[in-house]
Amino acid sequence: MTELGNICLWIALLIGLWGAAVAFMAGRTHRADLGRSAERSIFALWGLLVIASAALMHALLTHDFNVEYVAAYTSRNLPVFYTWSAFYAGQKGSLLLWALVVTTFGSIALVVNRGKYQELTPYVAGTIAVIAVFFIATMVFASNPFERLGFTPPDGRGLNPQLQNPGMVFHPPMLYLGYTSISIPFAFAVAALVSGKLDTGWLHAIRRWTLLSWLFLSCGIVLGMWWAYVELGWGGYWAWDPVENASFLPWLTMTAFLHSVMIQEKRGMLKKWNIGLVVGSFLLSIFGTFLTRSGVISSVHSFAQSNVGYFFLIALVLFAVGGFGLLWWRWPMLQAEVQLESMVSREAAFLFNNLVLILIAFTVFLLTIWPIISEAVRGTKVTVGPPVFNLVNVPLGLGLLLLTGIGPLIAWRKASAQNLKRQFLWPTVAMLVTAAALAAIRMSYASSILAYALGAFVTVTVVQEFVRGVGARHRLHGEMLPLAFVRLVGRNRRRYGGYVVHLGMVMLFAAFAGLAFKRETEVTLKPGQSVDVRSPYGWTYHLTHQGISQYDELNRFVTAASMDVSKDGKYLGTMKAEKRQYLDSMGQPTAEPATEVAIRSDAREDLYIVFAGSVQGTEQAVYKIVINPLVWWVWYGGLVLAFGGLITLWPSAQGPTPASRRRAEPAGYVAQVGA
Amino acid sequence: MRAGTKFIIGGALILGSVGYLMASGIKETGVYYLTPTELAARVNTDHSFYNVGVKMGARVVKGTITRDVATQTITFRASDGVQSYPVIYRGLAPDTFTDEVDVVVEGRLQPDGTFHATTLLAKCGSRYESVPTRTT
Repeated sequence: MTELGNICLWIALLIGLWGAAVAFMAGRTHRADLGRSAERSIFALWGLLVIASAALMHALLTHDFNVEYVAAYTSRNLPVFYTWSAFYAGQKGSLLLWALVVTTFGSIALVVNRGKYQELTPYVAGTIAVIAVFFIATMVFASNPFERLGFTPPDGRGLNPQLQNPGMVFHPPMLYLGYTSISIPFAFAVAALVSGKLDTGWLHAIRRWTLLSWLFLSCGIVLGMWWAYVELGWGGYWAWDPVENASFLPWLTMTAFLHSVMIQEKRGMLKKWNIGLVVGSFLLSIFGTFLTRSGVISSVHSFAQSNVGYFFLIALVLFAVGGFGLLWWRWPMLQAEVQLESMVSREAAFLFNNLVLILIAFTVFLLTIWPIISEAVRGTKVTVGPPVFNLVNVPLGLGLLLLTGIGPLIAWRKASAQNLKRQFLWPTVAMLVTAAALAAIRMSYASSILAYALGAFVTVTVVQEFVRGVGARHRLHGEMLPLAFVRLVGRNRRRYGGYVVHLGMVMLFAAFAGLAFKRETEVTLKPGQSVDVRSPYGWTYHLTHQGISQYDELNRFVTAASMDVSKDGKYLGTMKAEKRQYLDSMGQPTAEPATEVAIRSDAREDLYIVFAGSVQGTEQAVYKIVINPLVWWVWYGGLVLAFGGLITLWPSAQGPTPASRRRAEPAGYVAQVGA
Repeated sequence: MRAGTKFIIGGALILGSVGYLMASGIKETGVYYLTPTELAARVNTDHSFYNVGVKMGARVVKGTITRDVATQTITFRASDGVQSYPVIYRGLAPDTFTDEVDVVVEGRLQPDGTFHATTLLAKCGSRYESVPTRTT
């Protein structure tokens, strides 16, 4: 089977090259036969990569340990669920997944847009073929998943225990889906630039794609945070690690694009900027893969250094030169149709939103690669830690939160005093009341108070929008309130879905602001001994060490430490934190012991217990106990965000809104009651 | 003044303050990242460098790890193949910390030649991408 997979990769490489060549020729000559050939090449690529993936999956599931990849990531006693996930646990498999997903999305994009955007599609197919060729060539020449060993080991090395977690099964594919689907908007941007068809048509073609990849990236990032939190046992979910940052960067630029694209649709401004954002997001997704795969920056996650890094670096340079070169070439065709009229307008709010998002992206980027920069400039590597990231990003994040409230409600062009009063009176009141209340109970961090006050501001703007919209439908159409609500959202999915996303962001900010109140203790306890931990809410947890037990479980040997937990004298239950030693089928340890954290979570705080080890084999245990306020809000904020994204993404029954609609709404509130 | 100009001024102000924050942050908390050899070269030429916090990236020498669980103290020797230092770390070691892994320790080199670490990171890199070796 692996021979078949290997052959498929080689054929795919040739077809990809053919497809890219005929596609660009078809674009230039407008020859329909070439266009069809290019389209079929993409479908063929997809088919070949499906066969190759099936071959790899077959090798994994049949434990063909003669294949280096299979031996390196699986073992006989690995649960089937995780054997599946081994497909993308390593570099070689993830490259195959990348290529597969790019061609899948490419094929879908070509089918969906068949008959539309005829001048663009050949170039879209060509760009996708080029991207696919890059990944296939990287596999064939540097990192082939079907490579065989000179011998057959009796068993594989097994999957890293830390990857044996449901979060890790879904987190990488989500991120890959996010990274790869940016290729489609990028392909359309390239097509628009090459063909010179720079009206808003291409924007409409990619709006939903961008949203889709934004949604995948968001889910991937939140799942990654969840995995880090429950699996790594250091008590947090975000550490500004290079790999985390790498996934955050394209998310930021795409968020910026999703906002600025509205300005272009409504007002014909920011054309160059939008193309730049699409190209930049794609480059950042390649950069993210490069960062994780090359080892240029030391990271806890760093995978082994390999020459795959050079392939990515070359691709990065080529795509950057290509993308921005085209943009520079078409610069004169991308003049704004109108100028910014007032600083008190939706345009200005969105401009500032973009500025802040890009600044966050820029600072995160710069700080992430600071070791490289400082080494190049001063000859010594200087690394920067989370404090610097927070120092810069906390004020920027708070500014962004404020704009989240202002942007959707302020009038286009120039807001009148009346508009401002109508839209922002109650949100401002809510903000001030929240700030005053928190100051009154002596909340200790100014930035946290500010975050909650701004959160209240945004929440009230969103609630006000829903209330007014539902009220308007109720009055005009005589609909019952629940029906009015459903129709309101259903008929304006993009707008109200966006509001739901904003609510999710508020929940996330609330959680981040809670990080300031985290408490951490380390204790060594004999059985029967106990420790008191004070929560920032004022109550006290009383934890009593019960003892240590050891037993076998599936593919691991478990050492578990139990604690009885009570809160202010009320018994809550027993919490069990584990150390797991994973074993191979011969009973030999396969890796260092892994930590299994005990977590007791509610909307207010998490009690997070790590069992760090026993003292010289006795039942005396070392614990790390963390009180993590508001972590719950990260996961549910993420869910709300994803739900809002889905609402926006859901195809509307009445079809897309007319492309040419560029009507500026009059100052003041307009109830979009729909038909 | 035109709105576009105002926006540019506002943007420049934000940009300036972000740049200032970043520069001061890096200056205050940026940490040198050195190998043991580079660290040895620095302290040999400049003795005041003992007081500077650094990050040292090195590999744990096999068989040198000792753990005192009661005081939560870990000691080991970290080497880059040329120069090596004994490291003393108080706290919980990550799961991946074991013989011959790459570690990054943050702390200060003492004049007595021991490295007092306040943080200890171990890379899981070797685990993710290693080629299986023949075992019989």
